Amino acid sequence: MKARFEILRHRRGAAESRWQRVEIELPDENATVATALAAINARPDLKDAEGAPVGHVAWDCSCLQKKCGACAMRIDGVPRLACDTRLSELGAGPVRLEPLKKFPVVEDLVVDRTAMFDNLRQLHSWLDREVRLREDQVDVAYEASRCLQCGCCLEVCPNFMPGERFAGTAALPPLARLIEELAPSKKEEVYRLYTRRVYEGCGKSLACRNICPAGIDVEKLLVNSNAIAVWKRMGKR
Amino acid sequence: MNNERINIVGAGLGGLAAAIRLAEAGRPCRLISLQPSERAQSVLAEGGINAALDLMGEGDTPEEHCADTLKGGVYLADPNAVAGLTRGAPDIVRWLAGLGVPFQMENGGMIQRSFGGQKKRRTAYARSSTGKALMTALIDAARRHEASGLIERWPHHAFAGLTVEGGVCVGLRVRDAWTGEGFALPGRVILCSGGLNGFFPERTTGTVANAGDVTATVFAQGVRLANLEFIQYHPTTIGISGKRCLISEAARGEGGRLCVRRGGELWYFMEELYPELGNLMPRDVVSREMTRVVRREDCEGQVYLDMRALPAEIWARRLSDLREECRHYLAIDPAAELIPVEPGIHFFMGGIDVDANHRASLPGLWAAGECACQYHGANRLGANSMLGAIYGGQRAADDLMAQPGLDAGEPVSLGILPPMEAPGDDAFALELRDALLGGLGMLRDAARIEAALAAVDALAARADTERCRNRLALGRAMLLAALSRRESRGAHTRTDFPERDEGFRKTTVISRRGDAIAIEYRAIPEEVEA
Repeated sequence: MKARFEILRHRRGAAESRWQRVEIELPDENATVATALAAINARPDLKDAEGAPVGHVAWDCSCLQKKCGACAMRIDGVPRLACDTRLSELGAGPVRLEPLKKFPVVEDLVVDRTAMFDNLRQLHSWLDREVRLREDQVDVAYEASRCLQCGCCLEVCPNFMPGERFAGTAALPPLARLIEELAPSKKEEVYRLYTRRVYEGCGKSLACRNICPAGIDVEKLLVNSNAIAVWKRMGKR
Repeated sequence: MNNERINIVGAGLGGLAAAIRLAEAGRPCRLISLQPSERAQSVLAEGGINAALDLMGEGDTPEEHCADTLKGGVYLADPNAVAGLTRGAPDIVRWLAGLGVPFQMENGGMIQRSFGGQKKRRTAYARSSTGKALMTALIDAARRHEASGLIERWPHHAFAGLTVEGGVCVGLRVRDAWTGEGFALPGRVILCSGGLNGFFPERTTGTVANAGDVTATVFAQGVRLANLEFIQYHPTTIGISGKRCLISEAARGEGGRLCVRRGGELWYFMEELYPELGNLMPRDVVSREMTRVVRREDCEGQVYLDMRALPAEIWARRLSDLREECRHYLAIDPAAELIPVEPGIHFFMGGIDVDANHRASLPGLWAAGECACQYHGANRLGANSMLGAIYGGQRAADDLMAQPGLDAGEPVSLGILPPMEAPGDDAFALELRDALLGGLGMLRDAARIEAALAAVDALAARADTERCRNRLALGRAMLLAALSRRESRGAHTRTDFPERDEGFRKTTVISRRGDAIAIEYRAIPEEVEA
């Protein structure tokens, strides 16, 4: 199949980005955006629509099976994982590839998602004691464990900006996993942080509802964490 | 006591386990990785983690876990190292549960399931995403020490080489992949950099980020490697765009059966050939039998995994992700249809040669996890890899702390370094892969391996960067190890030497001497009573 792309290229440290049109023939009918990018990078001779060398397209990639969150980018304007986006579902193209816009761009499709990880540290997202999960807690803990920290939910959120108070939905699953099991000495501090930096910042737009590549039920986690941290309703004992 | 900051390369299970162990003892470290922990290959591990907790009341013991592991590895693993691993396993799983890992529970308690090569239900698991659940818990546990400053993350940094002074590893060099700035980091080094997937792009179940460059670089620096010929082909993988996707062994542990069409009927060949363990024979055996049945004239050349008889409860509670994967990638509902499967490259038993304390041949250097050669012998048992990574990371950290430290020092900038990758690298990697696969497939013989060596040598003229030259040397080393071992054992099957030869019950030791590669054999350590 012939795949056509418009890729927003950004050189390291450059002030501006520019669009580049690239066409490539792919043998695989099931090719994804990720495999197309890999194919482009395996063709150092490839020229763009203007006859200039395409050059190496920088993008983050690791598992290629939607379990690591590395390859999150905007594909035709929607934040998605490149490895989970089949070209056949995108129409005739050209497919527009851009880096996530909420984060500073490093190079081409690579962005700096440091703010997302900083938020988790600032929110004290860890346990200070050994826990013993009850059987009825396993489902929430499992669901919460599945978060990829890819940033797609933050990209669509009207309330999130890196560095601002609202930590966004990406902070929710890690906290939701632990929030019922915090050490008594730490509980109030984390509840306060959660209320201030997650609960109060969420505008309930639910823009993040169907965007999660892992299909995490964010509403369920949100309701669960709100009940514990904000409304102080504890689970059954 | 000094305040040396230990350097850990790789932020998957092995690296995190080592970092947390150091931090719990108050020792500072740097956790260096090209991508955040969430992107590590460990998140892909599905089926579970073995420990003789005996929660199923079958009288399981660490000794039995040890015996199964040694047998599964066809007696090439160090029996003392494996005994330590299996004795340590129950405490590791308890520790993980204490970190809030949502292990599967029933009637108020944790349960365990069956995995290949083991007669007892010994595998603790979190549905079909155990690796992800473990990683999330360890990432949170490490974060606590990041906040205190004991663990210092060096994300988006690539390993550029060890710093060796007077025959001792005293630090390493890294390059910031975002800015190009290089740094010399003082302190001893633990490598947890994963397997050699990058040598077989599109053909492995692992992540492409485990490029194998760290191993290739330290090999060029004189660090010894071992058992490179042992490459595990997992029996049940499916081809998806750009890679092989694993169908977890849990599929068979929960009742999935392998079959092939013969004379219009389904033949469940593993059950007929191996009545005791059937579909749960060790992976090397299953993959070999699959290769044999597809070549038989009376069989139609495709093996299927039949999971149609599994109860709805199992799908919902234990294999939900696996079912979703089949639907997503193959448009097949495994609860109703057969899944076409093929063996695919899954794990590298060989790697950096380490002793039972995870010390490499270079003083000041340790290695753990898939980049190291330890525990798995000629074939790894399912659900032993995450255990080996965590135990290995902890053991390396413990051993390192028991030794005199280096004088502390601060990172030194090396200015802007040129990128290690060059534009033609990805194309070169595909050519190297094709050359290697000729000699490192599931069935090997001298003629194929020699042809592969010639193909690799023919690429030498085009290896115009240090990275490519190092990769080429490691590729040659894999082939030479396969050529030298004139027997069949575990994952290494030589059609010209089909029998196991006890004279080869030895570790293959691989060293680089200048441009030459030397292959030697070392006796397996004697078993010492615990």
